[in-house]
Amino acid sequence: MGRWLAFTPLLVFAVMAIYFGMGLREDPGAIPSQLIDEPLPAFDLPPVAGAEAGLSNSDLAGHVSLVNVFGSWCPPCAIEHPMLMQIARSQIVPIYGVDWRDTPEAGAAWLERHGNPYTAVGLDPESHLAIDLGITGAPESFLVDASGRVRYRHVGIITQQDWDETLLPLIRELEAS
Amino acid sequence: MRTLIACLALLLAPVALAAPSPDEVYADAAMERRARALYTQLRCVVCQSQSIDESNASLAEDMRIVVRERLAAGDSDAEILAYMQARYGDYVLMLPPLQANTLALWGLPFFLLFVGGGLIIVYVRRQARGMDAALTPEEEAELAELMDEEGQ
Repeated sequence: MGRWLAFTPLLVFAVMAIYFGMGLREDPGAIPSQLIDEPLPAFDLPPVAGAEAGLSNSDLAGHVSLVNVFGSWCPPCAIEHPMLMQIARSQIVPIYGVDWRDTPEAGAAWLERHGNPYTAVGLDPESHLAIDLGITGAPESFLVDASGRVRYRHVGIITQQDWDETLLPLIRELEAS
Repeated sequence: MRTLIACLALLLAPVALAAPSPDEVYADAAMERRARALYTQLRCVVCQSQSIDESNASLAEDMRIVVRERLAAGDSDAEILAYMQARYGDYVLMLPPLQANTLALWGLPFFLLFVGGGLIIVYVRRQARGMDAALTPEEEAELAELMDEEGQ
């Protein structure tokens, strides 16, 4: 009994080391989305400068869509942009843009300079939709099914690999069902 | 005396200046207190370990504005916390809620206190019992030997 007891601290240490070691491998910044399989929150966003219509839920009704949150102030968004242009050209899925914390002029100028991959763009200058979506940073994207439910959330830049291995198969699956 | 008061006032001045957040401040002091208390209970989702009361992040600023909008709309404190929790999950609450997946978090300190306390009680009891017991013949002999050595 006594000898066994002497090994208890070592055992406790081993259990804690394994547990915290596993914790170190996780990304503390990754906050799980509360929206998966939930309906997209209701929104009606104003347009960027020069555009006629903004963005609201009715734009997304009846088809699978990719909702992308970006901002002209966001350097990673500029890196992601060519990928969005490529997706738009492929005409596989319409992309809807949420121009986050931006002015109508800055948003329009950005789309003018980099090209516009979005079927429609809405402005969210005060983060109302961003907070409803549980956004923590830009870029962030959501796959929304035909019934308006969020099916997948992608945090950060969409790479070719993300598109080929995750998003495209999911879009195919959602379109088939 | 006047110098002393002036010095004290200067000492307090930076604290007073740092207190209000960049957003508007309510004229109603009770409302302002509620808003500030809610800020300290909500985590900034960009900066991880700060509340939105402490954070300068733009998203924290927008979250403060949303808190104020909900307050103005007549929501209770619990409703506002639930509003944020529905969007950002348990993560957004500075105080983790007591539920199935946080049972270990809340229970472990009490469990350790219980086990540790139990071990201490057992140990102390055993020590005390050992002292009361009469010496064995071997111990008597050893004691006598030691006493003899000291006596010389």
